[in-house]
Amino acid sequence: MGRLSGKSLVPAIGPIVLFAVWYFVVAAGIVNPVLLPGPGDTLAHLYTIVASGSLLVDLLATARRTVEAFLIAAAIGVPLGVALGSSRPVYRSVEFLIDFFRSTPSSALIPLFLMIFGITDMNKVAIAAFAAVLVILFNSAYGVMNARKQRIMAAKVMGASRFQIFRHVMLLESLPQTFVGLRSGVSMALVIVVVAEMFIGSEQGIGHRIIDAQQVLNVKDMYSSILAAGVLGYAFNVLFMLVEGRLVHWSGK
Amino acid sequence: MQAITQQIEELSKYSGTAITSSAESSLPFIPGPIGTHITLRHITKYFAGQPLYQDFNLDIAKGKITSVFGPNGCGKSTMINLIAGLIPIDAGEILFDGKSLRDTKIGYVFQNYRDALFPWMKAIDNIRYPLKLTGTPKAKIDQRIDELMALFEIKFDLSRYPYELSGGQQQTVSIMRALAPAPEVLFLDEPFSALDYEMTLLIRDKLQDIFMATQVTIVLVSHDLEEAVYLSDRVLLLTKRPTRVAELVSFDVARPRTLATLSDPEFIKTKARSLQIFQQEVHR
Ligand SMILES: Nc1ncnc2c1ncn2[C@@H]1O[C@H](COP(=O)(O)OP(=O)(O)O)[C@@H](O)[C@H]1O
Ligand SMILES: [Mg+2]
Repeated sequence: MGRLSGKSLVPAIGPIVLFAVWYFVVAAGIVNPVLLPGPGDTLAHLYTIVASGSLLVDLLATARRTVEAFLIAAAIGVPLGVALGSSRPVYRSVEFLIDFFRSTPSSALIPLFLMIFGITDMNKVAIAAFAAVLVILFNSAYGVMNARKQRIMAAKVMGASRFQIFRHVMLLESLPQTFVGLRSGVSMALVIVVVAEMFIGSEQGIGHRIIDAQQVLNVKDMYSSILAAGVLGYAFNVLFMLVEGRLVHWSGK
Repeated sequence: MQAITQQIEELSKYSGTAITSSAESSLPFIPGPIGTHITLRHITKYFAGQPLYQDFNLDIAKGKITSVFGPNGCGKSTMINLIAGLIPIDAGEILFDGKSLRDTKIGYVFQNYRDALFPWMKAIDNIRYPLKLTGTPKAKIDQRIDELMALFEIKFDLSRYPYELSGGQQQTVSIMRALAPAPEVLFLDEPFSALDYEMTLLIRDKLQDIFMATQVTIVLVSHDLEEAVYLSDRVLLLTKRPTRVAELVSFDVARPRTLATLSDPEFIKTKARSLQIFQQEVHR
């Protein structure tokens, strides 16, 4: 047993402890088993619904909506944020609006979006995109505004024009912060898509599945679906970290 | 005889600028003595309503190393930033051999190399960058890189990213980048103060070698008097705010200067004199 394998086990401690506590709480009868099934039962059920493919249908529906919302948000948020951030007075003029809507829980706007888009799939994507676009825009704008002054000066003294400084320095300087925005944006989109699936009628989606399971007290399916939603969110995060590590290799160095 | 004709020529060359400048600032432009590269005339700079420089005049010698030394916050960085056009002057005029900054190629090395190099570019692309800006053909750029690598005797891999290099290597890359377009003037703002002592000595001597090879005019801000005297032909001593020239001390010991220079009586004398002037100014 080398130190290496010992080290690689460290990150597993947290989940193992969680499952142990879960097991103990259920086995000791501290919680009503109708509200919380044991981890063994839950994982077994999770295996069944994964194997049957029924979970995958819902998971893919949620993932597709999240990705669509995210792509729309990024396509609007990044260019707009960069444009706003490159002029401080312009950003200041819209700063209050951005901060206000960024602080408003987007779920509070679901009824409004219902009125506009009706009970459609487009609605879920639209509201998630709206929530994500603000956080993406905000981060891109700040990334540009907080570009290291000395790098800009270095480019200036080498004779770069204002446009060249923007393209060669400010845009790249803003990338690490833009990625922070994109990563928060995709998390935000997932949250809103799941909430929207719960409250805006839908055929498929992990949010829909969770609320359905809850209403018929199929708790094993509910917990399995919650775990699956967590896995989806985590997968998005890991994906972003990988892309970020390659694209913004200098970040934090 | 020849010298006199040359002087007349120089003067008549300057008279042209004298006319234009007097039209702008209503003060006659007085050129510096022969051998002057950069002239600062009637420079005024305020920060937050407080004067830093007021009617400040200076001649910086061509093909020499001038070090700038003075109390903390007296405006050393501001001075080279004003000359390099990085911050605007409130009033006055700065000319390079009678030309404006626009028609002058300059290089600038910052104290903090970490925030001056572009971390998204490999070291070699950082050095290429100023040449690409001017649209230099690729073959010419490669040729220039080879020249610089030979001049600096580079032994590390320039295809790494700046954050993969040591501090000394990063600052070397910064200096190479500044020198790439063959500037007429090279500014350095405390280029060694973020480096360890060993690196400082190494790069300091490299800078001297490069100066001897190129004779580029150098303006170097230093917070180390020994270093300022050791490297330079002129030591510019500044006063506290509002800043004036306390003295421009000459130091003409032959190059290359080495460890032995540090015990040269002329070096000791110049350093002592500079220190005395500095202390008078600080305690005023
Ligand atoms: N952008 C600025 N705004 C206000 N004050 C400034 C600014 N830049 C420099 N100063 C002031 O001008 C003085 C000179 O600064 P600086 O040139 O950096 O000094 P030095 O390089 O000699 O230490 C300092 O007192 C500093 O506080
Ligand atoms: Mg300074």
